[in-house]
Amino acid sequence: MTTVEEPKTTTFDDNDQKPVGFGRMLRKEDPRLLRGRGRFTDDVQLPGMLHLAILRSPFAHARVVSVDTSAAEASPGVKAVVTGETLKGLGLAWMPTLSNDVQAVLATDKVRFQGQEVAFVVAEDRYAARDALELIDVEYEVLDPVIDVRQALAPDAPLIRDDLEGKTNNHCFDWETGDADETEAVFARADVVVKQDIVYPRVHPAPMETCGAVADFDAVEGRLRLWSTTQAPHAHRTLYAIVAGLPEHKIQVIAPDIGGGFGNKVPIYPGYVCAIVGSIVTGKPVKWMEDRSENLISTGFARDYIMRGEIAATRDGKILAIRTNVLADHGAFNGTAAPVKYPAGFFGVFTGSYDIEAAYCKMTAVYTNKAPGGVAYACSFRITEAVYLVERIVDCLAAELQMDPAELRLKNFIQPDQFPYTTKTGWVYDSGNYEPTMRQAMEIAGYAELRREQEEKRARGELMGIGISFFTEAVGAGPRKNMDILGLGMADGCELRVHPTGKAVVRLSVKTQGQGHETTFAQIVAEEIGIPPADIEVVHGDTDQTPFGLGTYGSRSTPVSGAAAALVARKVRDKAQLIASAMLEVTVADLEWVKGSFQVKGDPAKAVTIQQIAMRAHGAGDLPDGVEGGLEAQICYNPSNLTYPHGAYICVVDIDPGTAQVKVRRFIAVDDCGTRINPMIIEGQVHGGLTDGVGMALMEMISFDEDGNCLGASLMDYLIPTSLEVPDWETGYTVTPSPHHPIGAKGVGESATVGSPPAIVNAVVDALQPYGVRHADMPLTPSRVWDAMRGRATPPI
Amino acid sequence: MQVTMTVNDVEVTREIEGRLLLVHFLRDTLSLTGTHWGCDTSNCGTCVVWLDGEPVKSCTVLAAMADGHEVRTVEGLAKGAELDPIQEGFMQCHGLQCGFCTPGMMMTCRALLDKNPDPTDAEIREAISGQICRCTGYSTIVRSVRWASVHEAANK
Repeated sequence: MTTVEEPKTTTFDDNDQKPVGFGRMLRKEDPRLLRGRGRFTDDVQLPGMLHLAILRSPFAHARVVSVDTSAAEASPGVKAVVTGETLKGLGLAWMPTLSNDVQAVLATDKVRFQGQEVAFVVAEDRYAARDALELIDVEYEVLDPVIDVRQALAPDAPLIRDDLEGKTNNHCFDWETGDADETEAVFARADVVVKQDIVYPRVHPAPMETCGAVADFDAVEGRLRLWSTTQAPHAHRTLYAIVAGLPEHKIQVIAPDIGGGFGNKVPIYPGYVCAIVGSIVTGKPVKWMEDRSENLISTGFARDYIMRGEIAATRDGKILAIRTNVLADHGAFNGTAAPVKYPAGFFGVFTGSYDIEAAYCKMTAVYTNKAPGGVAYACSFRITEAVYLVERIVDCLAAELQMDPAELRLKNFIQPDQFPYTTKTGWVYDSGNYEPTMRQAMEIAGYAELRREQEEKRARGELMGIGISFFTEAVGAGPRKNMDILGLGMADGCELRVHPTGKAVVRLSVKTQGQGHETTFAQIVAEEIGIPPADIEVVHGDTDQTPFGLGTYGSRSTPVSGAAAALVARKVRDKAQLIASAMLEVTVADLEWVKGSFQVKGDPAKAVTIQQIAMRAHGAGDLPDGVEGGLEAQICYNPSNLTYPHGAYICVVDIDPGTAQVKVRRFIAVDDCGTRINPMIIEGQVHGGLTDGVGMALMEMISFDEDGNCLGASLMDYLIPTSLEVPDWETGYTVTPSPHHPIGAKGVGESATVGSPPAIVNAVVDALQPYGVRHADMPLTPSRVWDAMRGRATPPI
Repeated sequence: MQVTMTVNDVEVTREIEGRLLLVHFLRDTLSLTGTHWGCDTSNCGTCVVWLDGEPVKSCTVLAAMADGHEVRTVEGLAKGAELDPIQEGFMQCHGLQCGFCTPGMMMTCRALLDKNPDPTDAEIREAISGQICRCTGYSTIVRSVRWASVHEAANK
């Protein structure tokens, strides 16, 4: 177990002097990004490149009667206009989603959400392409839309998916977990039962860089190069091969620098396919970059769960059971990107961090006339919703029992000696030690003092709230025996090659979107083989350059690829040891590894460095019998279990009673992500997630009017936190290594997004206690808080 | 129409469409791709450049409006191999993650320090409040600017 104290922000380590190992290290990717020399998809400029723009439906639900492209085709600079009918001829009008549903690339029969792709234009520049869109004449027959998810299964609801054979209603899937009867029995004998309807509204990841692609199809070679904003280049390549019938070895998917992903860049969007078709049709490279409105109205949304939470407990605060019923809005196509056997993602961890007797969840997912998606926005495959449910309902129980919410949680935690702990829904938590994490958060917050301050303020009529959440995440999907995406096992490859001079290159299947993989993975390898991180190049995001693997989402890079990097480095080290034994003329057993060298035990003067070994591996002279030249290795890592990070968050809010404006005064986050590789990067991941939490809890929501018009279609309407809405974050950490991960690391990318919304909402509800408020749904905008204060809080959708 | 402007101390003249946005002129015409395009509505600030020394959102400025003026972009921050202190501060304090908002952020923060060499945290937050960063949560950006402020003062 390695932990490193974080230095003050004014002291810094120099990359070149950095010894091997973990700890704060400046990022290797920064120099190019700071100089404007990053290379994002929209920065790609190829000779003769054309530009593609997409015509989108203005209606949520309408029959496409006719599409007249003649005027558009005659528009200056236009090279091609393609409609759904054109694609139908190529067999490409529909494509599979990552959830075994199908989605229209370009509409042929109907449009099913506002913003759906109807046709595209390829032209000489962006402006000419947009001009021509205006000239496409589409005749629609407008149909009644299904917007209110609660009405989607009504007998008279309009049928959305008449493209699916035999489909007669808007039902998408049912899913359940846990034991209904056992849970009912526990509820029947419980002293206290609390119920609460809880809505997690539809939100959007809205990365600063929108989605886009540059496709370059070489008809002579039959070869496709595709630069695209993808978090999963290898999975995308395989799916393009399957969908388009192109040979996989002739497809190169390149994910260059990515301007934030947050799950928004996991799915394959129609625009990517359009860019490929555009290049095939015109014989030229074609660029498609969506604008902000297109990003917000058509790409992967997140959440949209309507949940009924129920919790059963004894009078003295022992939680016995949790039960929930969920109505899930999946939009017009089931575009969720979750492992196939997990249609509700990992929502099954809704039992949280508590040792309980029974649990049950029943979920119904439906189609509506809204954009597809569902798993995005750093949600850890729906754990965001699960943690919000359990942490809200536990707070409701605390209010009912008039117990302190911290005390209630401490009383019910799974205890350290219970790990590995199998939950009532079948998840095996690998390790955890919850109480020290909780205590540390309370100590940083000055919890008792805050409660005293709150009491004084309440006496004066001031509204101050303290909110707690405690989460356990399940990340690092996943064991391939039960986790795959469209049949692709969720394992990740890694290759490590040490050059003769002792410099190394490590090749990853995962892809950073800002998480700092080029630094963290160099540190992981450095720790194992003793080559300084500055001498290790991390190659990622190019399917021609890297081994197969499923990519970066669900906080899986460190748990899966990080393990692969450590293990491939150990393989190289094992070979280095064989070579060292020959160089030092001793047996392998006589050698010990001391960061960067093999030494003869008891005689440290007799030693060879990894660099000397690398030269020998490639150089003149004999190697031991059976040892090949070179110093490199490759593996494919299949995790034996998920990893389970946890954390304790405390939020302090003040609410202006006159305006109902919520101000987040303080936020304390204590995270336990196991072994910490680069504390600076971990802190950054946490800060970003906390900011997402403020956005979702207080500001962000994708809503629709009754006709299905998206009301959050620009950043003027979809509000994202700026520097003024968030406090200076306060963080701490504990370290409980994962027992099955080679270096004990657990992953942290989504922890704060998962853990922070309930802390903020709990704080707001706590502040509103004098008004008798037990629950209010996100986003807690001034108007919604005002309504809650006046006893007329309504669900947001 | 023809426009002539100074971009990062170099005079450029180009024939352009009158409706061309400055952000597209910089990115597509001059291949200065460090300036990014993020929202079209002046909300996100990934496109911030200087027009005669003032930060502007280049997605809502026509290239024609820069005719006869001076433009500076992120590519014009460093002096050769030497990073501007604001760039160094962002690196030292982890003020960037994906790096997409970073050029615009740094242009705004450099302009702030030029006017106010020792800003308070509140003044820094105010200065960048017209821009969005989805990754950092802003604390490290504030620290980055403080770092640059302290180091510039020490080197004077």
